[in-house]
Amino acid sequence: MPFLQVSNLSLRIIGETPRLLRSVSLSVGAGEVRALVGESGAGKSMIGKAILGILPRAVEVVEGEVWLDGQNLLAMPPMARRRIIGAKAALIPQDPLTALNPSRRIGPQITDRLVHILGWDRARAESRALALLEEVQITDPARVMRAYPHELSGGMRQRILIASAFAAEPKLIVADEPTTALDVTVQKQILRLIKGMQERHGTALLFVTHDLGVVSKVCQSLSVLYAGMVVEDAPVRDFFAAPRHAYSRALLAATPKYTDPEGSLTPVPQTVMDAVRAEVAAADGVWHG
Amino acid sequence: MVDLTDGRGRVRRRAGVRLWLSGLWLGLLVVVALLAPWIAPKDPLAQDLFLGRLPPFWVAGSEPGYWLGTDSLGRDVLSRIMHGARIALLVALIAGTVTGLLGATLGLLAGFLRGWVDVVISRMIDIWMAFPPVLFSILLIAVLGPGLTSIIIAIVVIDWTRFARVIRAEAMAQGAMDYVASSRVAGRGRLGTMVEEILPNVLPTIVVLLTLEMGIAVIVEAILSFVNLSISTDDPTWGGMIAEGRSAIHQSWWVLVFPLATLFLTVLSFSQLGEGLKDRFDPVLR
Amino acid sequence: MADLYTVQNLRLSLADMTAKPLFGAAPRIEILRDLSFSLPKGEVAGIVGGSGSGKSTLGRALVRLLEPSGGSIRFDGTDITHLDDAALRPLRRRFQMIFQDPMSSLNPRHTVGRLIGSPLALHGFEGIQGRVGRALDHVGLPRGFAARYPHELSGGQRQRVGIARAIAMEPEFILADEIVSGLDVSSQAQVLALLEGLVRELGLTLAFISHDLSVIRRLCRRVIVLHRGEIVEDRATAELFANPQAEYTRDLLAAIPLPDPDQVWA
Repeated sequence: MPFLQVSNLSLRIIGETPRLLRSVSLSVGAGEVRALVGESGAGKSMIGKAILGILPRAVEVVEGEVWLDGQNLLAMPPMARRRIIGAKAALIPQDPLTALNPSRRIGPQITDRLVHILGWDRARAESRALALLEEVQITDPARVMRAYPHELSGGMRQRILIASAFAAEPKLIVADEPTTALDVTVQKQILRLIKGMQERHGTALLFVTHDLGVVSKVCQSLSVLYAGMVVEDAPVRDFFAAPRHAYSRALLAATPKYTDPEGSLTPVPQTVMDAVRAEVAAADGVWHG
Repeated sequence: MVDLTDGRGRVRRRAGVRLWLSGLWLGLLVVVALLAPWIAPKDPLAQDLFLGRLPPFWVAGSEPGYWLGTDSLGRDVLSRIMHGARIALLVALIAGTVTGLLGATLGLLAGFLRGWVDVVISRMIDIWMAFPPVLFSILLIAVLGPGLTSIIIAIVVIDWTRFARVIRAEAMAQGAMDYVASSRVAGRGRLGTMVEEILPNVLPTIVVLLTLEMGIAVIVEAILSFVNLSISTDDPTWGGMIAEGRSAIHQSWWVLVFPLATLFLTVLSFSQLGEGLKDRFDPVLR
Repeated sequence: MADLYTVQNLRLSLADMTAKPLFGAAPRIEILRDLSFSLPKGEVAGIVGGSGSGKSTLGRALVRLLEPSGGSIRFDGTDITHLDDAALRPLRRRFQMIFQDPMSSLNPRHTVGRLIGSPLALHGFEGIQGRVGRALDHVGLPRGFAARYPHELSGGQRQRVGIARAIAMEPEFILADEIVSGLDVSSQAQVLALLEGLVRELGLTLAFISHDLSVIRRLCRRVIVLHRGEIVEDRATAELFANPQAEYTRDLLAAIPLPDPDQVWA
């Protein structure tokens, strides 16, 4: 079994009929990088949240399984689940501005997790944090450990969040649009950093993004989502050579590509949208009659 | 799209009940206040020493007709509460509205126009807030002399800062939004933008503050009556009744408890009404 | 063709409130340093740069949401550098702006009809209802949307309302500030195609601010590259992509992740 296996996962808002996720299945093998691609509202972040056990309270699991390292997370009591996830998985969040507590120094924000979840002593946690800050190419780690978030730039903060995600040597990292808020030049540095760390540590990575350009640089496989449904699941090379699903093709044609000004940024044809909506409705018909 | 982060759906359903209950209580109070002279069972000022300290109707020794008992002078507690509602609501309505208008206007001007207008108004707020409000009001009443008008003036003069501070901060936050820039691109003047664009967006906050302020006005009036600085001591007020009831708490608890409970329910209803109205009529939340 | 905008030695500095001492004035930061360029009538120019490059500040100076601290901006022969609100008012109809975040730039308390119509009323247009309807037609929204509130629309629809509001004023110039950066790729492509068509149909002069060179290449004939408040490159789009001169432009191009696994991206 792959390291992470999501099977037929369906979610909905408590008390409402339409599903947020429609029987989603996907897997991430050890050390694999899989992209989760979709437009806003497609449910891609929701999958990441379900895996990390941080779904909003108003959302419930209708059916499905989430297997992490051979254990079915959804069948576990909450405390045991939290311990497993804390030890084996981590998150690189989207917004480096709000993901760090503005009134605490950087150091403890990285080491807390090591001390509280893994039971390390403070000195060991601190030397680990220093080493990680060095690994994410922060020049004066000792000074940054004592700094407050507002004293650092957006790119710096994103590096710290990456260091923090890798701190407990997780086997799986969910990266939720980690470079959306950054300039392209900084984005490039950060993406290469994540990719390099992922390779060195052999971590599996679930990379949530809306940007197919980023997917082609960082990932090995991808799942394309529309309205909470996986419409295509393919290796990256095959996908970019020839996407199978009409919606995926339209999405790729709509993606900006300055080397091909005529062939890119093509509006998604209405027929394609109608067809994929009909597909979703057909799937709903099976469940709701 | 549904907001998944805070389960607002459930909060809203409770807001409906809240609005309904608080509205019911306040509506009842308004009717009672308007019709008090005709529907009060007894004359609130009539004394009868033979009927002093009668307990409420369910306690042994009560007299029919005196539902909530009588005080030490034999005056009917229920009738006095009903007549007291007149003054309480009058103060709430007038003082609340005037305070709200004054404070919100100054807050809007300071927060949106900024510059020297803001400097002047903000300094005034700072200075005002440094006075202890209860002492300030007692001082004011001492200067103005007791009476309904004095109480209202005292509440307005002291409490406008409550509005001004909050509305100023809101107006500043709204002023940074692009729809304000857009209004300027369209060529609208500063005051026009303030009224057309900012005001509708701070209105829900003003409504909430307004209802809170009405509750506060009821309390302030009660406090001033309690320290005997309100209107003439003959007219029944809730604060006056609480003051009188306090001295006789061991002999006749009902003289204290009933006006106190009425006061509590009224203030609570005002604040719940504001929150409920905001949730109900805010198009952005809906 | 005559120039619609002439910008000479433009400087703009803002007070840095984060570094304000307890007493005394806040220090000023130079956002724009000595910019000169002109926009001929009918030009479609892209202004590109990273965060902190000053591109949005430049845009806001062009439509006089900000007052320059030095140099001059002439709009169709009139010096608008230091005009006050009253003097600007009659000119405002002629240069309009579409904002980055339609959620923040559309007043949540107003209906779409009022959002588009009330600026028209302000400038004495007649037959406002008809004009609002035609503006909605232009951007491909049903006329019934006039009765809706912004929060009832999708991101792409909101941005169409922003465009409708700008073109309803029949301006000569439109400033579009990162108008597609918050949108999904599918709506992004639609909104760009829409804008492209409108600019051609209405003969507008457009300044299109973006951080995304791919988007600019599609839409603009000319690119102004801004870096730390200075123009580092200002050339025809085709030339710039064929042979970028400034080092910053080259870095910017090299950093764009193309949707192509074979791109050399190191």
